[in-house]
Amino acid sequence: MSSLQAMFDNARAEGRPAFLPYFPIGYPTYDESLDAIHAMAQAGVDGFEIGIPFSDPLADGPTIQAATQQSLENGTTVRACLQAVRDLRERGVTQPMMMMSYINPLLAYGADRFAVDASAAGANGLIVPDLPPEEAGLFAEACQHAGLDLIFFLAPTSSPERIRLVADRATGFIYVVSLTGVTGARSQLPTDLTEFIGRVRQIAEQPLVLGFGISQPDHVRQIAPLVDGYIVGSALVRARTVDQIRHLARSLRAAV
Amino acid sequence: MYIQTNTSNVPDERGYFGAYGGRFVPETLMPALEDLTTAYREAMADEEFHKRLAHLQTTYTGRPTPVSYATRLTEHLGGAQIYLKREDLAHTGAHKINNALGQALLAQRMGKKRVIAETGAGQHGVASATAAALLGLECHVYMGSVDIERQKPNVFRMQLLGANVIPVESGTKTLKDAINEAIRDWVTNVRTTFYLLGSALGPHPYPMMVRDFQSVIGVEARQQMLDQVGRLPDLCLACVGGGSNAIGLFHAFRDDETVDLIGVEAGGRGIASGEHAARFSDPDVSRPGVLQGTRSFVMQNEDGQILNTHSVSAGLDYASVGPEHAYLRDLERAFYTYATDEEALHAFQLLSELEGIIPALESAHAVAEAIKRAPTMPADSIILINMSGRGDKDLDTAMKELNR
Repeated sequence: MSSLQAMFDNARAEGRPAFLPYFPIGYPTYDESLDAIHAMAQAGVDGFEIGIPFSDPLADGPTIQAATQQSLENGTTVRACLQAVRDLRERGVTQPMMMMSYINPLLAYGADRFAVDASAAGANGLIVPDLPPEEAGLFAEACQHAGLDLIFFLAPTSSPERIRLVADRATGFIYVVSLTGVTGARSQLPTDLTEFIGRVRQIAEQPLVLGFGISQPDHVRQIAPLVDGYIVGSALVRARTVDQIRHLARSLRAAV
Repeated sequence: MYIQTNTSNVPDERGYFGAYGGRFVPETLMPALEDLTTAYREAMADEEFHKRLAHLQTTYTGRPTPVSYATRLTEHLGGAQIYLKREDLAHTGAHKINNALGQALLAQRMGKKRVIAETGAGQHGVASATAAALLGLECHVYMGSVDIERQKPNVFRMQLLGANVIPVESGTKTLKDAINEAIRDWVTNVRTTFYLLGSALGPHPYPMMVRDFQSVIGVEARQQMLDQVGRLPDLCLACVGGGSNAIGLFHAFRDDETVDLIGVEAGGRGIASGEHAARFSDPDVSRPGVLQGTRSFVMQNEDGQILNTHSVSAGLDYASVGPEHAYLRDLERAFYTYATDEEALHAFQLLSELEGIIPALESAHAVAEAIKRAPTMPADSIILINMSGRGDKDLDTAMKELNR
């Protein structure tokens, strides 16, 4: 059984969706980003989306843009992000870790090499927001060989044909984007979520993890009956100190 | 028929020109790109659409634009005869209107009342604002704050045309960042909004669609050369930022084996300085990658982060290049070189003094290549330069640079 499957099973057994916080490596510094992730691991989150910074993050809103920009100014490289996964494993983080990167830094590193090195570092999967299934051939193969799950997205605009396409290819889980837009905390979640998730469930059997816009325990309670997991990014990045991040992660984890 | 549609076999169904192109965007946009591709195909098959566009090209844009013989420049350089395809005489002062009108008509046909655009030099923003005003569409233009500073007249022009100009403060605050912001807007408002992309860049079908709408340049120029001179040119020159004016000129000549095609990139302060936008001329920092939805040559560091570019001309100041140019270069059907800021400024002055034509700083890069090549070519040979835009927008920049 894959560690992702075990993660979903454990959360389900406790009657709640799995919580996967996003955090970028190198923000505000390399050490502090690792401290933040380590603190969240100890707070009992279920898995992680580990952000690799990119100069042109076109799916991200202002919060993550600014954080990853600072990370790049700090000199964060793809290699450093892989080292971060190794360091976190050494520090006793056992939860599944999904690497999140835009496609170009991965191409520059080399698809095969990245998959092998990420797997060796202790990562479990790969999330690439600008890599739709149509373009994923090379990476899908590299990930499969290395034993990584390559995560695909669905959005409220996805047609039944596209839901089927993603359902045919997805491993691990499907990243369901809650709204048409970029990442970032919102005060309210969209009202048509139930209908949208219902459309996806009719076709896809994989676990569904919801992301974009989720920032409060109240949001988590709203979506808990609908999905198998949820991702929170910008709200955590906005928290100033490791203590605040730990506190917010705890409250998001304990919402249900 | 005023548009040369897909007579060639590129791009393929997935939007690839050989190894370049494709569709690297967030899932939210994939259905919109599928819809756009379908709508574009339907429009291309609809005689009415062609008629409407042709009518506007004639009665509004002022097409065909003339081909002028550059008598005194030819004499001055003492070699090849130089002809200019006068896109600077198209309404709004640049070739950008060809694509903007085509896409705005498509937006209207798709029932989208809100259009967004990015702009570097401001010419595509002005063209989009113009097309939107003509067709009664709401228009928002993203423009980097650095570009706003160096292209002020165009900012006011867009506002006068009723467009909302949105300054972009992220990243390098130039064209690349304006495209990022436009894509973010599109992801958010995709159901109501048409993204009017200005160059032969971005995810499929944009590189194909922009090429097709711009191919009117080459179709006209080729016939004009035959009518006025009795033969085809030996060499076509065009500047290449994203590369829409170049692909628009080159496309009609692609099967004419005797016609050389050369694209001129921005050499900025010289290749060795690292401050340029010569994507094809600096293998140390430029290689195939993915930027803003398409695979092409991209200026990037060894870690895949996109590099800052520099050019005196905002319209060429971009880290990637249209995928079809990368393909034509692989095939060795087209060749690519560069002109530095200094060479472009010299060409800007020379063309103004000798021909009474103030070229856009972008177009001046193509003129700079003619200045290098014409003297080495026989007197009966012919160079055709795409005068992609006029230089009024660049007077501030030129004054500062030339007074230094």
